[in-house]
Amino acid sequence: MSTDLYQEGLLALAGAAEGEGRLDDPDVTLTLDNPLCGDRVTLDLHCDQAGRIAALGHHVRGCVLCRAAANLLGQQAIGQDAASLDTLQRAIKGALRGRHAWPTDERWQDLTLFEPAAAHKSRHECVLLPFEAVVEALRQHGEGGATGT
Amino acid sequence: MSFDPHAARADFPLLRRDHEPALHYLDNAATAQVAAPVLEAIHAHETTSRANVLRGVHRLAEAATEAYGTARETVACHLNAVDPDEIVFTSGCTAALNLVAHAFGATLAPGDEVVISELEHHSNIVPWQMLRDRTGIGLRVIPVTEEGRLDLTLLPDIVGPRTRLIAVTHASNVTGALTEVGPIVDAARAVGARVLLDGAQQVPHARVDVQALGVDFYCFSGHKVFGPNGIGVLWARRELLADLPPFLGGGEMIRRVRLSETTWAPPPQRFEAGTPPIAQAVGLGAALRWLGRHDIDAVGRHLEALTQRLVEGLHTLGTERVRVLGPGSGHPRGPLVAFDVPGAHPHDIAQLLDGHGVAVRGGHHCAQPLMDAYDLAGTTRASLALYNDAADVDACLEALETALRKLL
Repeated sequence: MSTDLYQEGLLALAGAAEGEGRLDDPDVTLTLDNPLCGDRVTLDLHCDQAGRIAALGHHVRGCVLCRAAANLLGQQAIGQDAASLDTLQRAIKGALRGRHAWPTDERWQDLTLFEPAAAHKSRHECVLLPFEAVVEALRQHGEGGATGT
Repeated sequence: MSFDPHAARADFPLLRRDHEPALHYLDNAATAQVAAPVLEAIHAHETTSRANVLRGVHRLAEAATEAYGTARETVACHLNAVDPDEIVFTSGCTAALNLVAHAFGATLAPGDEVVISELEHHSNIVPWQMLRDRTGIGLRVIPVTEEGRLDLTLLPDIVGPRTRLIAVTHASNVTGALTEVGPIVDAARAVGARVLLDGAQQVPHARVDVQALGVDFYCFSGHKVFGPNGIGVLWARRELLADLPPFLGGGEMIRRVRLSETTWAPPPQRFEAGTPPIAQAVGLGAALRWLGRHDIDAVGRHLEALTQRLVEGLHTLGTERVRVLGPGSGHPRGPLVAFDVPGAHPHDIAQLLDGHGVAVRGGHHCAQPLMDAYDLAGTTRASLALYNDAADVDACLEALETALRKLL
């Protein structure tokens, strides 16, 4: 495992612009701030009848870690539902805190790029913010699909 | 008198230690390092005089009370206060501001106005918003100029007959701008209002004379003046304190308690509920005595030269690439420099600088309204203290150049 926080793979993911941009007429929109640094993630989602993500757009005002995490969601979150992403978000939080291993699901294999962040407690929220945002957006959608922040 | 930053640095155990890579501590606006005489004073107090203050008659209580009172006298002397009883110890600068918001705030009526500014730390915004929401006062805001100074040309439009207090920073923790206090005091006096200065970023670097400033409240924190955490100071005019109700209840702040009612102790005890931060006060006193041993004017010149070196160094990286916030030449600024690099996030810059041993702060610096005014999520801030030298500044600039090669 690389201990370099700013390894090439992470920088590439941060610049990948996967899912970057806003959606027209989203089913749900959510903006979440990181109170520690002021970073901000805005997510737009289209969802199918079963509550799975059909399309995801994001606008991130944040660091490399935050942008990379949002792009990973842009790549891989299509077809995921609230329960699976909530489980994933908890797993990432636990892995960052060293409580258990990183998820091994092939879909989320690029999460290994965030492993060096575990050693930097003040940066954990940078990784988590997009995942927390998508879980909260899906929760709000499940409660009636309200658009809000 | 001259000033030798290396002699000052030798008084800081953390800075004397070997670090790999070598440490260049430039996050002094957040917390400065603690001086050895402070640690020694706290250790001596806790191992020879630890007891509660004011109530006990045994010899340890007498010694603790004496030490606590001496600390208050030291602070009063440092600020050139008229009377040590004008010094209220709090848990920090934020607590001091909250104290004023509650105690002075209790004297305000709905429709009265408090004036703050866009330049403030959250600690001088949020307590006033909470007061507004509790009592129905109005909150007016002095905007900042493009250079990050208070736009005092707008004072006549903002300060009016309902203004009761102008509460602003003495030195910005983001732009470094020093507040021109005279016009603010004049504007306040014209309408019978009070003035509060948040001096958290000023006391560590400059002479502060509360009588000469002509203000009514002044506050600062211990951990930014080379002292311990958990201690702050509110200074206020004696007659003003005497007219204010307490904020927190219990402990030393009472004169007489009956089940039906309580009367208050005179200031400063009225505002120091519970057991106060005794050892921290002793440490703060030691810190201010240590600071007072130096020629503060020479310290100021040293910091001004380092700040100029830092600003010029940032400019050489390209003014298109690195945008320095804060006043340009001709306007006074404190020894800190915040900058924005479009395309490179301040957290990433600060993290990469840490890899070179350079400790700076990246983020909103608890000044989100100011960040909104600049339309930024945050900035990177290098903040200096008297023990910093040109090598610290140069290390910061070299590390920044390396970081930007990686990020841009």
